[in-house]
Parts: sequence; structure tokens; C-alpha cells
Amino acid sequence: MKEIPEYEKDLASIRNMMERSAKFISLSGLSGVLAGIYALAGAITAYYIIHYPISPFHYRIYSVNAPETLIKLIIIAAIVLAASLSTGLWLSHKKAKKNGLSLWSPSSRKLLTNIAIPLVTGGILILIMLSTGHFGLAAPASLIFYGLALIQGSANTVDEIRYLGFSEIILGLMSALYPGYGLVFWALGFGVLHIVYGAIMYKKYDT
Amino acid sequence: MKNPFENLDKVLEHRVRLQIMSVLITNDGYEFNALKDMLGVTDGNLASHIKALEREKYLSVSKSFVERKPNTKYKITERGRGAFRKHLDALEAVVKQQK
Repeated sequence: MKEIPEYEKDLASIRNMMERSAKFISLSGLSGVLAGIYALAGAITAYYIIHYPISPFHYRIYSVNAPETLIKLIIIAAIVLAASLSTGLWLSHKKAKKNGLSLWSPSSRKLLTNIAIPLVTGGILILIMLSTGHFGLAAPASLIFYGLALIQGSANTVDEIRYLGFSEIILGLMSALYPGYGLVFWALGFGVLHIVYGAIMYKKYDT
Repeated sequence: MKNPFENLDKVLEHRVRLQIMSVLITNDGYEFNALKDMLGVTDGNLASHIKALEREKYLSVSKSFVERKPNTKYKITERGRGAFRKHLDALEAVVKQQK
């Protein structure tokens, strides 16, 4: 028979194993903050391409109709996405290594498959919208589908991701109500929200 | 009052076995190498504890080939689920009694 503190340790280790094996906890908060900064930089560049010198809060809808502007915007979005993904992978890999975990685990695989379904669906829909000239709903759709993907994935990672998902959906719906302000909502959703939630996660889990 | 120590499962008193069961109860199937990474134990250590749990029919083993490499997956059985739950209740009772 073991001593009582040993049984308490048993209970603690059960809890620890259940959490560690079910959830991907190596997600780096700092990479969220950086992704937000990249998105803001991207949004500012996009503003100079399509709106400048008109204020970003000024209503415009005809701005992206020129094909060369659209291509420039798609390139900016692709650079922001690539930079965010590689920063996220790199910092999460570092964090996983520090905790003696592997980045490629059953929980991270589950997280990725869950996220991929709404994300790929939304991505294809947005490409269809852009190719058929429905520019007005591209920004709201990207926020809404991203939010849905986060909620779908939140079962397999930290709780903050769920709240981030809900915030993105609300912002996306508001953005759909105010067409022409896509860039502002996009900057809020992918820039400001990432910085806020990334900072919360960094403070809670990384330090 | 009944002695809660009697309800503890002898097989599950080993911490590594308890951890294996904790992983298997939250996940629907887990493979050997992932389990090894999760627990941070050696091949031999993990294999011997898995064998002990298999003997009690607390888990089931399925072997297959993934990209020509052997892949061994473990699943908790209904019997294992019941035993784990009972052991967990007993652990809680033991700790509570001392407080």
C-alpha cells in the first residue's frame, strides 16, 4: 500500500495525462501577437493600394474592381498568411520542444483536420466570389469561416481559441452588414483580435 | 465505514499503467510511439506495462502496416473503462478520507 501523498500524485497525473493527450497545448501565444502585427501591416499596405488618400472609414465599393488591384491584394494576403503560418509553426515547435512534447501528435493532427474542413470550404468559396465579382462579401466570409474553423478546432486546444472564434464570427457578420468597410473589419479581425488573444495566451501559458 | 483501500485496483497502482489508461480513456485509439512520447518512458518499460494491461483485458491491440512500417494501436476496452472509473473513485475516496 502506498502513502496518501502518492495517491494524490496519482490523481494529479491522471488529470495531467488526460489534458496533455486530448489537447494541443503547445500553441504559441507570441505567434498570435506576431500574426496580428503582420495582418495590420498587410492591411495598412492594402489601404495605401486601394483607398489612399481617402480615409479608411470612408465608404467605397468600386475600389477593387480593377484586376491589378485585386492581384496586389491577393499577393499581400498570401504573404501575411505565409508569414503567420511559418511563425506559428516555428514558435509552437520551440514551445513543444521546451515541454518535451512533439509538434506532430495525435492531438495536433486532430486539431488540423478539424480546422481544415471549414477553412478549405471558406477558401474555395472566397475564390469563387472573387472570380465572379462578388468582392463585397469576401472579407466577411473570410472572418466567418475562420471563426467557424477556430471553434471547430477549439475542442483540441486551449479554451481561448473558442472565444477568438466567436469574436471573429461576430465581426464577420457585422462586416457583412457594412459592405465597403471590409478592410477595416479585416484589420480588426486578423490584426487586433490576434494581438489581444495572443497576448492573453502568452501571459497565461507561455510565461 | 467501508475501507476505500479495498476498492483500489492492484493492476492500476502503477503510475505508468494509470497514465496509459488516462490517455486511452480520452483518446479513441493511440499508437505505441505517440504513447511513448506522451509518457516519456522507454520502449521496454512501456511494453511491459502494456502487456500487464493487455493480460487484464483492459486494452485491446490492433496491428497494421502504415506505409510498410508496422503500426501498433491500443484501445481501451469496456472492461478497462469500468476498472479505470472504479479505481479513480477509490483514489478519490482514499484521499478524501484523510482530509
